[in-house]
Amino acid sequence: MIKIQKRNSSSSLIFYLSPIVAIFLTLFFGSLIFLFLDLSPIESFKIFFIGPISNWYGLSELLVKASPLALIALGLSYCFKNNIYNIGAEGQLTIGALFGGGVGLFFYDSNSIFLLPTMILFGSIGGAFWASIPAILKTKFNTNEILSSLMLTYIALLILDYFVVGPWKDPTGYGLPKSRPFSDAGRLPVLVDGFRAHIGVYFTIIIAALSYFIFNKTLFGFKLRVTGFSSKASKYAGFKNDNLIIYTFLISGACAGLAGIFEVSGPIGQLYRDISPNYGFTAIIVAFLGRLNPIGIIFSSLLIALTYLGAEDAQLFLKIPSAVGFVFQGLVLFFLLGADFLNKYRVLLR
Amino acid sequence: MNYDLILGITNIVLISTTPLVFAGIGELVTEKSGVLNLGLEGLMLVGAVSGFISLVITGNYLYSFILSILSGVVLSSIFAFFVLRLLTNQIATGLALTIFGIGLSAMLGKKFGGTPINGLSPYYLIIFSFILVFLINYILYKTKAGLIIRAVGENHHSAYALGYDVIKTRYLTIIFGGVMSSLAGFYISVCYAPMWQEGMTAGRGWIALALVVFATWKPWRLLVGAYIFGGVAIMQMNLQAFGVKLPGQFFNMMPYIATLLVLVFISSNKMRLKLSAPASLNIPFEKN
Repeated sequence: MIKIQKRNSSSSLIFYLSPIVAIFLTLFFGSLIFLFLDLSPIESFKIFFIGPISNWYGLSELLVKASPLALIALGLSYCFKNNIYNIGAEGQLTIGALFGGGVGLFFYDSNSIFLLPTMILFGSIGGAFWASIPAILKTKFNTNEILSSLMLTYIALLILDYFVVGPWKDPTGYGLPKSRPFSDAGRLPVLVDGFRAHIGVYFTIIIAALSYFIFNKTLFGFKLRVTGFSSKASKYAGFKNDNLIIYTFLISGACAGLAGIFEVSGPIGQLYRDISPNYGFTAIIVAFLGRLNPIGIIFSSLLIALTYLGAEDAQLFLKIPSAVGFVFQGLVLFFLLGADFLNKYRVLLR
Repeated sequence: MNYDLILGITNIVLISTTPLVFAGIGELVTEKSGVLNLGLEGLMLVGAVSGFISLVITGNYLYSFILSILSGVVLSSIFAFFVLRLLTNQIATGLALTIFGIGLSAMLGKKFGGTPINGLSPYYLIIFSFILVFLINYILYKTKAGLIIRAVGENHHSAYALGYDVIKTRYLTIIFGGVMSSLAGFYISVCYAPMWQEGMTAGRGWIALALVVFATWKPWRLLVGAYIFGGVAIMQMNLQAFGVKLPGQFFNMMPYIATLLVLVFISSNKMRLKLSAPASLNIPFEKN
C-alpha cells in the first residue's frame, strides 16, 4: 500500500534537491524524444548542451540570454515571495523597451554621454509604470492580478507594434516595421570587444546581490516572507499589505523594464516587433527553478539560456525545429512542480 | 453597404470566431469548477497538429477528429493529475503546458508544414458550436451535474462535506476543457486554414481565456462576446472597407482592454464578484 502523509514542515533538503531531480528527469525524457526522432541521444545532447558553450563566442551568447532572464526572474521573485502572481513581465519588458527606446529615438543624433543612462532610467520607469497598473487595480479594486497582468501584456505588445509600424518607423528603412538604429551613444557597451555580452550582466549581478541582502537581512524581506506565508499573520503584525503589493510590483516591473531596454540598446540596437523571445514568460520558469533565491536564479537562468542556444544549434545541426527548446523548458517546469509534491508530502510504502 | 457585403462579412465572422467559442466554452466549464487552465494555447496547437497529421496519413476526417480529441484528453489529464493530485500551482502548470505544447506541436508538425489537404467544411462544427453553448448552459444551470460543478467551484470544502467528489468533478471538467481546446485546434488546421503552420493558433488561446472573464463566466454571454471579439478582428482586417482611420493595433487591443474593464468592474464590488467569478478559482483542494 502506498500512503501519502503531509509533512509537518517542508524538507529543506528536498526543496533544494528537487530542481536537480527535475533537470535529470527532463534529460531522461529528452533522450526518449531524441530516440523517437531517430537521433542518438548522446550525440544530440552534445550538440544541444555542450556545443553551444564550447567556445568563447558561445559563452558570451549564454550571458546575452541569461542576463535578461535572470534580471526579470529576480524581479518576479519579489512578487512570487509575496504570493502575488505577476505573469505580465513580458508586457513590462516591452513598455520598458518602448520608454527607453523612445528616448533613444528622440535623441537619435545625440552623442551625449547622458543618453544611455537616461534611456536606462526611462526603461526601468516604463516597466514599473506598466506593472503599477495591475498593482493599483489589485489594491484599489481587488482585481485579480494574474488576469490583469496577462491582458496588459498583449496590450503592450500591440502598442509596440503600433509605434514601429507607424510613427517611429525608420524613414529610411524601406518601409520595414523597424525603428531607426540608436546612435552609438545610445548603445550599451559590450564586456569584451567582438562579443555581444554587454554590461547588463553587471546590473544583473548587482541586483542579485542586492536582492539576496534584501530578502535575508532587511525588515522588507521579512515582511515579504511573512505575507507570502500568511496574509492574516502579516495583517495581525500590522504590516501594510497593500504597500507591499505595490512595492513588489514596481520592483518587478522595473527589473523587466531594465531587461527590455538592455535588449534593445544592447544586442538589438533599435526597436522592432519581436524584441523578446518570450523572456518575460520564460523568466517565470527561471524564478521557480531557482527557488525564488537570487543565487538559485543565477544558475537556473544560465541553464534555461542554454536551452535557447541548444535549440538554435539543434535546428542547424540536427534539422529539428528550434521549438525543441520549448519542449525542454515545459518539461523541466512540469517535473519541478511535480517534485515539489515530495517537499510537502511524504510517500510511505506499507 | 450592399446586401452581399454584409452576408460575406457575416460568413467570415462565423467561420473565424468558432474556435474562440470552443476553447472559451471549455475553459468556462473548467473555471466554473474552480480550476484555471492557462494551457489553452498549447492544447489548441497540439490538437491542431495531431488532427492535421492524422488526416494527411489516413485521409479520414473521423480518425483525424478522434486523434485530435485524444490529444486533448491526454494532455489535459496530465495537467489535471498535476494540479489535482500533486497540488501544483495552477498558473505555473498551465504555463508549462502551453510552452510544452508550442514546442511539441512544432516538432511533430515539422515534416507536414505546407502539405496540402482537402479541408472539411466548417459549417458542421459552426452549427455544433451553437448547440454546444445551449447544452452547456442547460447542463450548468438545469441539471444536477451542473449544480455539482458550480458547488465545487464556489466552495470545495462545503461540496466535499456534502459528499461530492471534488477531485473527480474537476478531472472531468479539466478534460472537457482540454477536449474543447483541441477541437478548436482541429477546426483551425482542418476546417479553417486548412493547413499546418508552426504557432498557427496565433494567440487565440489567450483571447479565449480573456473571453471567459469578459463573459463573467456565463455561457450565453461567452457566445455573444466571442462574436464581438471575432467581429472586431475581422473589422480590423477590412478597415478600409469601413472607412475607418484608426490604426489596426487599436482594434486588436480592444478585446484585452474590454476584458480588463469588465474584470475591474466585477471585482470592484464584493457582491458582484461573488455573483460572477467562481470563488474557489485557482485555489487547490486538500482534504481536511
